[in-house]
Formats: sequence, C-alpha cells, structure tokens
Amino acid sequence: MTTAAIQWTAMAPILPELFLVGVAVMLIGFDLFLPRQRQLLPWMTVVGALAALGMVLGAQPGEGFGGMFVIDGYATIFKIICLGAVIITTLMSEHFLRIINLRQGEYYSLLVLSLVGMLLMASAGDLMVLYLGLELMALPIYALVGLHKKDGRTSEAAIKYFLMGGFASALLLFGLSLFYGLSGTTNIAAISELLSSGDLVASPVFLAALGLIIAGFSFKVAAAPFHLWTPDVYEGAPTLVTAFMSVGPKAAGFAIFGRVVFLGFADLQPHWAPVLAFMAILTMGIGNITALSQTSLKRMLAYSSVAHAGYALLGLLAGTAEGMAATMTYLVVYLFMNLGAFAILMALAQPGRRCESLEDCKGLATRSPLAAALMLIFLFSLTGIPPTGGFIGKFYLLKSAFMAGYSLTVVAAVIFSAISAYFYLRVVRYMYMDDPQESTPVVLVPGMKAALYLCALGVLGLGFFPGSLLQWTLSALSGM
Amino acid sequence: MSIPLLSTLIFFPILGGLSLLVIPRQQTATIRTMALLISLIELCLTLPVALMFDKSTASMQFVENHPWIASLHINYTLGIDGISVLFLLLTGVIIVLSILVSWESIITKVQEFFIAMLLLEGAMMGVFCATDLFLFYIFWEAMLIPMFLIIGIWGGPNRIYATIKFFLYTLVGSLLMLVGIILLYQNGGHTFDLIQLAGQQYSLKLQLILFWAFFAAFAVKVPMWPVHTWLPDAHTEAPAAGSVILAGVLIKMGAYGFLRFSLPILPQATQKMMMPMLVISVIAIVYGAIICLAQKDLKRLIAYSSVSHMGFVTLGLFALNQRGLEGAILQMINHGVVTGALFLAIGMIYERTHTRQIADYSGLASTMPVFAGFFLLFTLAAVGLPGTNGFIGEFLILLGGFEREPWVTVISASGLILGAWYMLWLYQRIFFNEVKESMQGLTQLNLREICTLVPMVILIFWIGLYPNALLSFMHTSVSHLIEQVQGGATLAGPVLSTAGSLIP
Repeated sequence: MTTAAIQWTAMAPILPELFLVGVAVMLIGFDLFLPRQRQLLPWMTVVGALAALGMVLGAQPGEGFGGMFVIDGYATIFKIICLGAVIITTLMSEHFLRIINLRQGEYYSLLVLSLVGMLLMASAGDLMVLYLGLELMALPIYALVGLHKKDGRTSEAAIKYFLMGGFASALLLFGLSLFYGLSGTTNIAAISELLSSGDLVASPVFLAALGLIIAGFSFKVAAAPFHLWTPDVYEGAPTLVTAFMSVGPKAAGFAIFGRVVFLGFADLQPHWAPVLAFMAILTMGIGNITALSQTSLKRMLAYSSVAHAGYALLGLLAGTAEGMAATMTYLVVYLFMNLGAFAILMALAQPGRRCESLEDCKGLATRSPLAAALMLIFLFSLTGIPPTGGFIGKFYLLKSAFMAGYSLTVVAAVIFSAISAYFYLRVVRYMYMDDPQESTPVVLVPGMKAALYLCALGVLGLGFFPGSLLQWTLSALSGM
Repeated sequence: MSIPLLSTLIFFPILGGLSLLVIPRQQTATIRTMALLISLIELCLTLPVALMFDKSTASMQFVENHPWIASLHINYTLGIDGISVLFLLLTGVIIVLSILVSWESIITKVQEFFIAMLLLEGAMMGVFCATDLFLFYIFWEAMLIPMFLIIGIWGGPNRIYATIKFFLYTLVGSLLMLVGIILLYQNGGHTFDLIQLAGQQYSLKLQLILFWAFFAAFAVKVPMWPVHTWLPDAHTEAPAAGSVILAGVLIKMGAYGFLRFSLPILPQATQKMMMPMLVISVIAIVYGAIICLAQKDLKRLIAYSSVSHMGFVTLGLFALNQRGLEGAILQMINHGVVTGALFLAIGMIYERTHTRQIADYSGLASTMPVFAGFFLLFTLAAVGLPGTNGFIGEFLILLGGFEREPWVTVISASGLILGAWYMLWLYQRIFFNEVKESMQGLTQLNLREICTLVPMVILIFWIGLYPNALLSFMHTSVSHLIEQVQGGATLAGPVLSTAGSLIP
C-alpha cells in the first residue's frame, strides 16, 4: 500500500493532464452511450478545460519525474494560452459543426487529447517528454483536419499534413538523437550545463543537430521556409479546426522552441540568433506578401498566421528575458485576435455554402453591424494599430529585438507590417464600403457571441491595460 | 489640479461616442442631436483650459502623470503649453461645425458616422495633450482608424482608393517614427517622457537618424512636398466633414509634431537640416500654388492650396526664430479656420448641385447671394487680405523667413500672388458670369448652415484684427523652444554650413 501512495504523489505534477485525459475518455463514452445528450458535449469540454485551467493556475512550481516534467511560470503561461484556445474554439464549435453537419463526439475528445499533448510540451524538461507531447498533440490534429470525411479538400489537407508532419517529426527526432549521442542525456537542463563547459559547440554534429531541431520546431510554428504545408492545410481543414490550429499548436510550438533554444541553449545565442533573424524576415515577407494576392479570406488568414509566426520569432531571437516575454505576450494577444477573426469567418458560413471568400464579407456592416464592428477590432489588432492589444504586443516585440541589436530586422518587420495593413484593410473595405450581395442576416448564436465578446475583451483589454500581463510574463522568466 | 481637465477632454468625447450605441439605429435625429450636444459640451470644456492657462510660463500645465505600463517605463502623462493649448480650442470648434455640416448630408450608417467623429475628436485631443512619446504615438495612430472609415464609408465615388492611400502613406511614416521612438528610448535613458528626453545630449549622427525617422511621420502628415500626393485624393473624396477635419486639425498635427518633438529633442539636427527643410517648404508653396491654377475640381483646388499654405507653415517653423515660429503656429490655426470654412461652404453647395467641377458652376452670386458673401470672405482670408487672419500669419512667417534667409521670402512671396490669382479666379468662375440652367433655383442657406459659417467669420476677423489674443498664449513657450534649439546648438559648437553631411 505504501508504494501505491508514493506513486500517487508522484503523479501530482501532471494532475491537469491526467484530468483532461479523463475528460477525453468521458466525452467518448458520453457520445457513445448517450447520443441524445450530445449538445452537452461542448459545455462539458469547456467546464473540463476550465477546471484544468484552475489546476494549472493553482499548481506549485516544481519538477516531476526526476526533472522530466517542469512546472514553472514559463510553462504556466503557455498552458493558459493553449487552454484558452481550446475554450474559445469549443464555444464557437456548436453552431459551426451543425452547419457543416459533422458528428460531434470524437471532435471534442480529439481536441482535448491534443490539448493534453500541448500541456506536456509546455512543461517538457526532457527531450523525450518534448517529443511525446509533440506527437500527442499532432496525432489528434491529423484526425481533426480530416474530420469532414465527405469533403475531398479536407482529406487532401489531412494527408498532406500527416505526411509533412511525420517528416518534420523525423527531422526533429534525428536532431534529438544526435543531442543524446553527443551529451549522453536527454535532460534539457543537463545538456545546457554541458554546453556552458564549452566542448560541444565546436562539433559540427552539434550544429547539425541544432539545425535539425530548429527545422522541426519551425514546422510546428509554421515559420518559413518550413511553412509550405500551412496554406493548403489551413484552407482545407474545417474552419473551426483551422482556428484552433493557428493558435494552440503554434503556441505550444513556441513553448518548446523557447524551452530548448532560449532557455536550454542560451549561451549559443550568437549561433542561432542570426538564423532565426533570417527566418523571421523570410516568414514575415512570405506571409505578408503572399496574403496580398489572396481572394479567399480563409487562405489570407492562413498566410497572415504565417506572418505572425515571423513577428513572434522577433522576441525569441533577441535571446533576452524581455524578448521571450514579448513573444509570450504576443501569443496571448494573438490568441484573442486570431480566434476572433476566425470566429467571424465561421459566423459567415451557411448550410451548404462555405462563404470563405473575401466577396462574402461584402456589406457585412449592413447585414450585422455587431459582427462587422468586432471584425474591425480584430483586423486592426492584427495590423497592429493602437489602441488594440496587437499594437502593444508588436511594439514590445520590436522594442526587445531592437534593444538586442537587431535593428535591421526590426525595420524589415515594420515595413512588412505596413504591407499587411493593405490586405487587412481590404476586408474592412468589403465589410463597410461595399453593398451586401445577399440579405440573409448573420446569426450569432450564444456560444459564438460569448467567444466573440471574450476575444474582443481580450484584444481591447490588453490594448488599454497590458501592464499586468507584461509584468507577469517578465517575472515568469526572471525567476529562472 | 483636482479635476483632471485634460483627461476629461480626451475621454468625454470617446465615452460620449460610445454612449450613442445605446440609441436605436433608426432614431437618426436623436443620434445627431446627441452628437451635437456632446461636441458642444466638449467645446465648453476646452474653455476653462484656455481661461485658466498661465501665459507667463513655458512649462507644462494641467499636468497629469500616472504610471501606465510600468515594465516598459510608459506613463500616462498629459500636459499642455502655449504651443498646444490653441489646438484644443481649434479641435473643439472644428468638430462642432463638422457635425453641423453633416446634419443632412450623412444618410447611411448615421450611428457609425457620429461615433467615428467623436472617437476621432478624443484621439485628436489626446495627440495635443500627450507628453509621453508612447502615449502620443497611441493617439496618433488611433486617429487613423476613424478617419479611414470616415473617408472610406461616407466619401465620394473614388473613396476606397483615396482612403487606402491615405492610410498606407500615414502608416508607413508612423511606423518609421515608431522605430525612431524605440531608438530614442534606447539612447535617452530608457524613458518616453518628452521633458526628460529633451534635456539630454545626443550625438549628431543619432540626431540625424532620428530627425529623418520623425520626418517620415510628420512630413507625410503635414503634408510636405514630395509626400503630399495623398492629400488631394483624400480631401477630394472625403465627405464635407472629413475634409473639414483633415484640413482643420489633422494635417496640423505634422507641424505640431515637428514643434513638439523634432525641435526640442533634436536641436542640432534641426539646425543642420534647416536649409533643406526651407527649400522643401518653398517648393511646396510655389508648386502647390501653380498646380492649383490647373485644377478643374473644386475640392482638389482647395486641397492643393492646403499644400501651398502648409508650405508657409513649415517655412516659418524652420526659420527657427520667434517671428517665424509664432507665425507658423498662428498660420496653422488660420489655415484650419479658413480652409475648414471653405470646405464647409463647398460641402453646402455640393449638397445642392452634386458636382465638384468648377466648369459646372456659374453665376451663383445672383442665385445664392448670402452664400456668395460668405464665400467671398473666406476667399479673401485665404488670399491673405489685411484685416483677415490670413494676413497676420503669412506676414509673420515671411518676416521670420527674411530674417533667416532673404531669398526664401523673395521666392515664397510669389506664392501669395499666385494664391490671389487662383482663389479670385475660382471665385470669378463660380459666382460671376451668366447663370447656367442647372444652377437656377438653388435653395438659400438655411439657419443651420448660416450658424455653421458665422463662427468662422467671427474667428477670421477676430484673429485678423486682434492677433495678440492668440499670440499672447505662445510668446513664452516659443521663446523657450528657441532657447532649446539654440542652446543645443551652442553647446555643440557653431552650426556648420549645410554643405556637410545631410544624410547620416
């Protein structure tokens, strides 16, 4: 009996993850045995995620499983972003799934399982846990992308994503195994200590391994030149899944990116920062310039999410606590503004019609003044115009990259964000300055409304009172 | 101060604008009346600021200082001095008149229009009150959103092109300024506070880089030649109220930015860049005026005349002496009043005829005599007839320019002659000659329209006959500003000829 007690205590650090696994299993069972009560599923998911959020917030900083699992301020903030992404997407899901006529049960459980993977990634203190979390996150998403079986486009997206994702995982795994070969350990902190002693850096194998894992991470955050899967997969997947993918996995990707590169290999900053700076410029350039020529709003938002990964890299490459705090702040703001924009896209959808093109936004201000006004806020925030959170986030990123000496990268970022204004404004133009093509009003169901208000509150609240969030992200890092 | 007057000035119209949301969309009359009421109260709120303003000191008054984003050293700092106080009054007046002129011309999305107007007013007040660079930038950029919508939704046929051009031009300029602000923060002891930043020494190279970064934002806004091309489009396509605000307040902010930031923070760079800036100003004056002669579109003509008049403003500004600077500030107010009045008048006539082509008009003097009288007054003020406000400002600027570089005044004085030419010729084409078929039977100005124009007439004569009423506000602040510019230069040794490095 005593051994059992010890084991249970050892499980305490992963309590939220275990709880969510339980929720996922329960969702499947509920779906299977009580099909008539299916409309309760989204609410159960939300309640489960909220309970997990409470556990994450209440967790004591510490380690579990001999340093393999880390609970610190850094992990907590990323976990909150991922949980927030799941909560907000779930609020939006009911209406949208009904419109595209999908069976619901497995959707929610897959979402929750993917969430567990993301939480593991945020807390990974060991390369094995990192990889485990990554795969646990990715596998349900492959299924989610292809959820709409009757639609050829989604199946194509799912296969594409699966093949490319598998390839990227292989690259990452190869890199990780090289690290293990060089250092004899998979613990990130231990590798970091070995690095400070300095004999590893000279090895070309080490640099190859570094390159491989940066490539693997870049695939997950959709940074150029590893972004090629993004537009097709984002466009093909059901909008709901796209919305989730553009925020949750991206944030989790940044969590491991920062954990390994920024926290683990901090001493090597001169080696990886120029690479990241180059990738950031490339990502912002490709994302923003390609978005200019899109006629599909969904595809435009896909490219815009590539561009935003580029902005977020700006903080990471600075290699300072302030820079990482800026990236984290930006991801929080991005959660609200990007999900908000996707929510409006979902609200436009009608039974049997996707309504994903720019033309479908025409005259939205007449069809639904509320939806148009909210979209306006999200778009200006994505552009980075004050007084929205997008501006504060972008400013913080630019400032920290500039202070770290990457002034040319910052100038490039500024130019690209001016370019981005054009395609975001084009949506505003269609909404407000053109006459509607159809007169059907846009219905906002309560769940959707709640998600939209939450997003708008986040975007504006962080625009006016960003102080405490900045303080929080910074203190989460300075304690390390 | 126990009452935060400046914060009230900023947030009263914003909250007032948002409160319009509770009125049902269909009740347009209520929305209009409420908006007018809010803007009138706001105008009344600017009065105590002007009355309690202490003219004997150059330091910031009505100061409010609260920490805002502590981890980035950003404070919510407000304050006004002799340079900014008049702009608060101008903004208050212009918004009231813009709301009056939109009374009947705005028929679609009425609620959104008046909300946008009031939000814009709040942001504009914020620009003139902020003494923290970051806060200034927030208001400066936030202003773009309502203006973008006002031109784009309620503008003329080519409005979308115009508004996107306006937005992108200003955004690119502003973003470059943002990089400059970060650079200044890095080198100025990690603060965004204007007063602290101005009290430091920066190397000349840094000053020059910063000067060009700020120039990017301010020159686009003024607009200075050669980045003025958005203005004719924006002015032409904007609804009457939009044109009035653009001409009346918005484009003054560029010049205000130079006064508030470039001059005191970057004195040496300003001295070094004086000559190129004077040259650009002279080009703007003459070029703008000549282009006016070729215009067929009424609003476009006034827009180009703005380019020319703003050339005078920057000329006085970069003359860097007491007369030039005071003339420039006064001319900003004057231009706001006169060009604002012209756009108001054009808005009224456009509502009746629905054409902006000068060739379509003729003989209005006999069909609309009252209107013709008003328009004549505004025309003469724009030309700079002694006794009207236009004369005082331009005269001071030319005087200041002459003290600095006589040739500058010689050339730019030709702008006055050209100005008289194009304005009087415009008047002749519109109001004289025989009455055309299409111009007959136009309704006379109604009481609301006369009430809109009369305040402008009063301002034109009041400033024209007793300019000291406004000049007295700025004497102390302007001489302090000149001390800052010259002080910075003397500390760094004599100012070299401009043949040296103009570009860092």
